[in-house]
Amino acid sequence: MAFPSLAALLRPSQIFAVRGGVHPEPGKHLTAEAEVLDMPVPPLVRVPLQQHSGAMAEPLVRRDDIVLKGQLIGQARGAMSANIHAPTSGRVIAVGHFTAPHPSNLPIPTITIRSDGEDRWGPRLPRLRPEDANPDEIAAQIERAGIVGLGGAAFPAAVKLNQRRKYALDLLLLNGAECEPYLTCDDRLMREHAEGLVDGAGIMARALGVSRIVIAVEANKPEAIAALRRYKHALGIALSVAVVPTQYPMGSAKHLVLAVTGKETPARARTAELGVLVYNVGTAHAVHLAVRYGEPLISRILTVSGRAIARPANVRVLIGTPVADVIAFCGGLTAEPDRVLLGGPMMGLPIQNLRVPVVKGTCGILALSAAETRASAQMPCIRCGSCVQACPCGLTPFEMNARIHAGDLDGAVKVGLMDCIACGACAYACPSSIPLVQAFDHAKGKLAETQSRKHQQEETRRLAIARQAREAAMAEAKRQAMARRKAEMAARKATEPGAAVAELPPAQAAP
Amino acid sequence: MTLHITGAGPHTHTLFTVSRTMQAVIAALTPATGFALYQFGWPAIFLFLVTLLSAWLFEVASLWVARRPIAPFARDGSALLTGWLVAMTLPPYAPWWVGVLGSGIAIVIGKHLFGGLGQNLFNPAMVARAMLVIALPVQMTTWVVPPGLLNGPDLWQGLAITFAGAQEYDAISSASTLSQIQSQLGAGASMAEIAPTLPDLRARLIGLMPGSLGETSTLLILLGGLGLMAMRIISPVIPLSVLGALAVLSGISAALAPGRFAPPMLHLTSGSVMLCAFFIATDYVTSPVTAAGKMVYGIGIGALIFVIRSFGAFPEGVAFAVLLMNACTPLIETYVRPRIFGRTRSGKPLPAPGSPPRGKP
Repeated sequence: MAFPSLAALLRPSQIFAVRGGVHPEPGKHLTAEAEVLDMPVPPLVRVPLQQHSGAMAEPLVRRDDIVLKGQLIGQARGAMSANIHAPTSGRVIAVGHFTAPHPSNLPIPTITIRSDGEDRWGPRLPRLRPEDANPDEIAAQIERAGIVGLGGAAFPAAVKLNQRRKYALDLLLLNGAECEPYLTCDDRLMREHAEGLVDGAGIMARALGVSRIVIAVEANKPEAIAALRRYKHALGIALSVAVVPTQYPMGSAKHLVLAVTGKETPARARTAELGVLVYNVGTAHAVHLAVRYGEPLISRILTVSGRAIARPANVRVLIGTPVADVIAFCGGLTAEPDRVLLGGPMMGLPIQNLRVPVVKGTCGILALSAAETRASAQMPCIRCGSCVQACPCGLTPFEMNARIHAGDLDGAVKVGLMDCIACGACAYACPSSIPLVQAFDHAKGKLAETQSRKHQQEETRRLAIARQAREAAMAEAKRQAMARRKAEMAARKATEPGAAVAELPPAQAAP
Repeated sequence: MTLHITGAGPHTHTLFTVSRTMQAVIAALTPATGFALYQFGWPAIFLFLVTLLSAWLFEVASLWVARRPIAPFARDGSALLTGWLVAMTLPPYAPWWVGVLGSGIAIVIGKHLFGGLGQNLFNPAMVARAMLVIALPVQMTTWVVPPGLLNGPDLWQGLAITFAGAQEYDAISSASTLSQIQSQLGAGASMAEIAPTLPDLRARLIGLMPGSLGETSTLLILLGGLGLMAMRIISPVIPLSVLGALAVLSGISAALAPGRFAPPMLHLTSGSVMLCAFFIATDYVTSPVTAAGKMVYGIGIGALIFVIRSFGAFPEGVAFAVLLMNACTPLIETYVRPRIFGRTRSGKPLPAPGSPPRGKP
């Protein structure tokens, strides 16, 4: 156990930044000093049509089509979706299903392209001079380029930009915290492409109409901070680099906003309500490429690391490159890894099939040895409170876990289950190795299911009631019509004989 | 290649595990225990070993009866630690069966009847201590002045004292500091008259006075406790609030009625207050988990120790104070909760910055 130095402990920013959090072994030294390598075009790329949160893209190509690099092959569908482009030139050999880069191993619609090795660009997107463009044009370009959040959640960037219409924004916060251990791809990007990144930030700020940009970087990346500070005055608007303490999960958007602005986002609200929009630094760079050069999002930088990787590195790979190819490019595996992950060790997803592709949200490929995962047998909870201390959200994970295991999901919600951000700090700190995040995910899934079933039932009942009411109304209308007709008939009958009576006497009298 | 099927993260883990925590606590107890064993000599060593061994055997037996996996729990060190703490509360020359009975109560009644590791409401060692004090008033209050390993009973005499109930060794039996204070105050003496007859501060700090194994070296216990804090195994909140509450209350009452109440320094350095503050009240399982809850709990223990010592029937109140506050832990946890991110203390979302502050017009 490495103890932090006394000086580090006493720095005010360390003590008062964000409640809770943990300090896992960083593991960043493996790749932090390695320049980003360009991986050659792989023989085969598999491009899933669902790489973002939201609706799946619609395929635009068919088997045996020839595609060029940058060609649109998947069209965004609906309000929340993202375009997909061909990462390289070649022939489409399949438009079908392939295993998703996800622990579920479920097949998802995927376009497989056999590259022709020439990497020939098709026509690029029309370039835009952001200085002359209006916010809508910039947003449209970002949407065309299929840019999603590159921090991991892959939220369509253009959809997020739309929040400018709903909220009064004043700050664009770029997330360069990179609090996940091992990952250094954002660090390298900030060091090597600070100028483009800052330009992208300026473009986004213009689209959002904000007056300030802050780039937040954890204190463990001094080179990146220095590199970014060189471009402090490159834009017409105020840009600053905020150094935040090295603490997991500093990169959680709401916690980062708290650390940088001192403002706490209310529960169930968005940071936009505080006037702040948070993007990953990689997203800003992708915006720069899309707007200035018309390049859609077809590649990304990712960290390949872990002690089971022969040559840990940061690599720029094409979207769709099989994980196995990337690992082979880094010298392959030196030992049987305990786990292969997409993403960081705290929130990354374990995969079993190494042929799954890299997608837009993949920020790392980690092959961790058993010494790094430190998996140990689960023991009972001893109520040590480590999880409570570690939770950045002020929750009591051991209590939530106990209630979930007792089947009391409502009780778990009552003590804050829905405020959990699934960062895993609690499970990291747990001395009994209790899989807390798994329990919370399970409970959240279960609740979502009950909710949707309840919603469905309510909807059914509502429709049934509406139908009953409609039928009753129809019946009533019919009854009333009948009654009216009856009344009319009766009235006519009454008047007719009446008339007859009235007429009769004179008639009788007449003759 | 084959990979484990694992779900959600995290995929790395802290080095702290249950057994490492137990090992650290045992390591922190070692200096004080070693010194006490040296002070009291062979009978204490035998009693200590018997208590530890029987605690472990009771643990294994309980696991076997409950049909739970034996290996992981028998190796986690928690039973050993419980036995260790029980031994620390026993008079060093007590016969072997008191140690066995103590571990049996602690492990079987205190721990496994509640469901085993992590499930017990009360601190097992304190359950044992309280039951023994009530059931065996003679054996549990027979103290000796520490003779030192070399000057005390030899190996055979030690065996005879622990296992055969031998009395022939004329140990200078004597009252503990606290019982001395209580009996003399009861007899009408004032603190000023009692004070010169008590062991002096140096003797109390180093441990040159009669008492149980865990009572005799305040300084070494304190050292071990500080070590646990440095290793971040325990938080400083409970020790500080236990000692603070006891010092403040005894300070106030000693200032108001110096003849009737013992001064704070005497309270802090006698009996098992130090052991309680650092090793017993800080037991994870039976104390609240939040810092604020720990403070309430610690202050409660400190205050109860003062009340029992000053007004109760027993000279020492640590065990009862801890047990009473153990019973309050669920209550404390219900009311003292951390504030959830983005919510007020009452659990409502924070007001949005644009909206007017909510409140009564």
